[in-house]
Amino acid sequence: MSAVTRRSAITGLSIALASPALAQSGDVFRIGLILPMTGPFASTGRQIEAAIRAWLRANPAPIAGKRIEILLRDDTGVAPDVTRRLAQELAVRERVQALAGFGLTPLALAAAPIATEAKLPMIVMAAATAIIPSRSPFILRTAFSLPQATAPIAVWAQRSGIRTAVTLVTDFAPGLDAERAFKERFTAAGGSVTAELRTPLRNPDYAPFLQRVRDARPDALFIFVPSGEGAPLMRQFAERGLREAGIRLIGTGDVLDDDILNDIGDSALGAVTSHHYSAAHDSAENRAFLAAYAAQAPGQRPNFMAVGGWDGMHLLAEGLRRTQGNTDGERLVAAMAGQEWISPRGHVRIDAQSRDIVQDIYIRRTERRDGQLWNIEFDRVERVGPMG
Amino acid sequence: MTLLHAIPWAAALAGYWLFPEQLPLLSAIAIAALFAVSLDLIVGYAGLVTLGHAAFFGAGAYTAGILAQQGWGEPFSGLLAAAAVAALLGLISAPLVLRAGELAGLMVTLGLGLMLYEAANKAAAITGGADGLQGVEMWPIFGLYRFDLWGRTAYLYSLAVLFVLFMLARLLVASPFGWSLRAIRGNARRAPALGVPVKARLTAAYVIAAAYAGVAGGLLAQTTSFASLDALSFQRSADGLLMLVLGGLGSLYGALLGAVAFTVAHHALSEASPVFWQFWLGIALVALALAGQGGLFGLARAAMARLRGR
Amino acid sequence: MASAITVLLDGVAAGMLLFVLSVGLSVTLGLMNVVNLAHGAFGMLGGYVCVVLLNRLGVPFPLALLAAALAAAAMGFVLERLLYVHIYGRDHLTQVLFSIGLVFIMGAVADWLMGARTQLIQLPSWLSGRMEFAGIGLGRYRLFLIILCGLVALALHFGLVRTRFGARLRAAVDDGVVARGMGLPVGRIFSITFALGSGLAGLGGALGVEILGLDPNFPLKYMVYFLVVVAVGGANSVAGPFLAALLLGMLDVAGKYWLPQVGAFIIYTAMVVLLLARPEGLLGRAK
Repeated sequence: MSAVTRRSAITGLSIALASPALAQSGDVFRIGLILPMTGPFASTGRQIEAAIRAWLRANPAPIAGKRIEILLRDDTGVAPDVTRRLAQELAVRERVQALAGFGLTPLALAAAPIATEAKLPMIVMAAATAIIPSRSPFILRTAFSLPQATAPIAVWAQRSGIRTAVTLVTDFAPGLDAERAFKERFTAAGGSVTAELRTPLRNPDYAPFLQRVRDARPDALFIFVPSGEGAPLMRQFAERGLREAGIRLIGTGDVLDDDILNDIGDSALGAVTSHHYSAAHDSAENRAFLAAYAAQAPGQRPNFMAVGGWDGMHLLAEGLRRTQGNTDGERLVAAMAGQEWISPRGHVRIDAQSRDIVQDIYIRRTERRDGQLWNIEFDRVERVGPMG
Repeated sequence: MTLLHAIPWAAALAGYWLFPEQLPLLSAIAIAALFAVSLDLIVGYAGLVTLGHAAFFGAGAYTAGILAQQGWGEPFSGLLAAAAVAALLGLISAPLVLRAGELAGLMVTLGLGLMLYEAANKAAAITGGADGLQGVEMWPIFGLYRFDLWGRTAYLYSLAVLFVLFMLARLLVASPFGWSLRAIRGNARRAPALGVPVKARLTAAYVIAAAYAGVAGGLLAQTTSFASLDALSFQRSADGLLMLVLGGLGSLYGALLGAVAFTVAHHALSEASPVFWQFWLGIALVALALAGQGGLFGLARAAMARLRGR
Repeated sequence: MASAITVLLDGVAAGMLLFVLSVGLSVTLGLMNVVNLAHGAFGMLGGYVCVVLLNRLGVPFPLALLAAALAAAAMGFVLERLLYVHIYGRDHLTQVLFSIGLVFIMGAVADWLMGARTQLIQLPSWLSGRMEFAGIGLGRYRLFLIILCGLVALALHFGLVRTRFGARLRAAVDDGVVARGMGLPVGRIFSITFALGSGLAGLGGALGVEILGLDPNFPLKYMVYFLVVVAVGGANSVAGPFLAALLLGMLDVAGKYWLPQVGAFIIYTAMVVLLLARPEGLLGRAK
């Protein structure tokens, strides 16, 4: 049994012992959590797992008479056939009542047919390509989509006097989503994209790409890279002297991920990005989230991956409450679709038709406050749909 | 003797009834075993080490997958197509690999494998790129047995294919062709003196091994209804090699044993400790290497010999 | 034109770094005929030592580099005496099994001690930023890499050619049996050479934190590059891997700059072509 299962079991057991009435029902809601816990995307898995544990700690009481049990499985993030097999096993052998997690697009896509066939709600907490929820009627997403996060910055850029831009994205589905979305919005608003650069998913050196950007001399550089890659890229950005050449840095918030922002250092100052979550978001819900996360993972700052996990748990719990403990897959999905609440990131709604997330996207600038770097929100686009 | 040889298959069939909820894992083992067998043919018997064998596995996977995606979901013909494409790829690359020397040849296999991976990544319109191949729909086997959620059809199908190909491989290595391969492995310079056309034999072995790997890849695509770039990755080549060395080279049974041991160990350790399974796997590998008795199969053989008092 | 030169200089810096990381593997393979896929793990160790010293203890950068090299060398020496000595003379595949097991172990330990995140360091101010002359820009750190790694290459070359140890090493490589027969302590030469190679890898790893990134996957991620350098450069010289690393570094960077669509494909194609043209390595001798 994983440590999470043990802890939740002990918590559940102690509550059950303390309240004889609850001990009678003894019902468990089992969630199969598939995350990349090892491999190149392990930081995503760790963030989400910590957020889920934090949520369980903050919400120890059973939901609609059921205590929550998490079965955590590592799919290493790089083998979609393993993700699919794990989903199959969780469905068939462990008889879970929901699947959750999915750190990257190919992994979510591989597991989708399993959710459909086993009729299990599948909560996508991290993967961000636009097409994902359409792959199965049982998918609900609490993460975000790239077009959703990109459109606002493209519009803001135009309004701020940026006329020409070069896009630099990682060459896989979310990156291509971002590139497309940026180009559409930016050119529609009157700007022009002078070059579209794509870096391979496994790339040791951003230097040549950034050199090309410098040679192209656009007003701004738009960047999308997966969570965690921001650091090496920002180092190169500074080393190439792009800021001195007058090139502004804009992008989606993935490049200035809260988890590594302080490590990136001053080269990030002044960058403007758009995203759905900043750890600096000023709200009571966020403060509670930060406190719970800090108790679970001291010294770490939660990022947008973590909030996807936290909100995923909230969504499942709400769904369960609405069905009054009925764990039938179709009923749960129907109960969860259309849900709307205030998350640590702000206002969110799971669209009833597409089962994708509709949320506020914030424009933020990286600033130094109290000795630390934060993405400070200064503008907001409300209720952005998954297509931007 | 024949009774002993029946043990792995009896065990595999027993698995169907003993572990009905673990059939996806058992299918994965069968596919890994076929891949390890294909590697044994070329590494264990012909003595040609390759770090890019996953190229054939992936080629087979994508062939079978694309065929089904485009509307032809018949399983057996899909496997044949996978084998054919992989064999063709082997035929093209064999001269390149054999031209260079020992270490250089090894690196050429690595390079070719990596090139194919990048090419598949770029050809996203055909392969689906990093997303993987979508919309693979398999027809029921013989029109009757659907690929179900529990993985029953998938397992019996994979097991049957493994059995047939394994028996064929045994016939092959016991034949004069197989013995000529062993001669080449023993001393490639002397072999021509015995009338063995070295290059031709090695090419043939390479192509056959490629075809086998292609079938394994095709099985993966068909049983999971999905094909992705990791089927072509260096990681997969390395895993295959590890399984083979773990189980023991040059016996075919070693390949089976290695595949079972590696996959089960990975799965069990990963479940018990999602973050640190690599540590325990590393310890096991180091210990096995130091023990050095020709892998698990070699250890088993040595133990049996000692039991018989030899 | 100016930016083309910048790109080429970037490639040179990358190539030099690759050289320092790979030369140990080349010598080990050529000298001891041991396929050591765990070579990158010594690089990783050096990187982590550097990170800890710089970030947590505020040690000056040059000292941290030295410490990284020494730590990796020490670890190499210990592991060689304890473990590697048992797999000399065994077939290459057993060595593959052994060294991959070692990589898994060291990677897991690194993960447990330091976490899975990419490690970042703050370079001292004298190494940050850019320099420009005649319109050609080059990062200070890249220039530092070129100079330092160039010095290392020179030192290695002279060490091999001019010192007594170097002479003994070359003798042992040429013919170990005869060398033993002449009373050379071949075993000890192996140990010292292995330690030296590992130490260089450690230095390379520490230098590479800024350029290549550092996480527990480092050894497996870059193993392919090291193998490419060794295969193309030949396994029993210093000049061969040096040229190979330079060539590959420049091709890689240039490819990504001028043909970004093709990108990583270039380095693999180049490797295959080079190997087919010169199977014994760029400067290798036919056996």
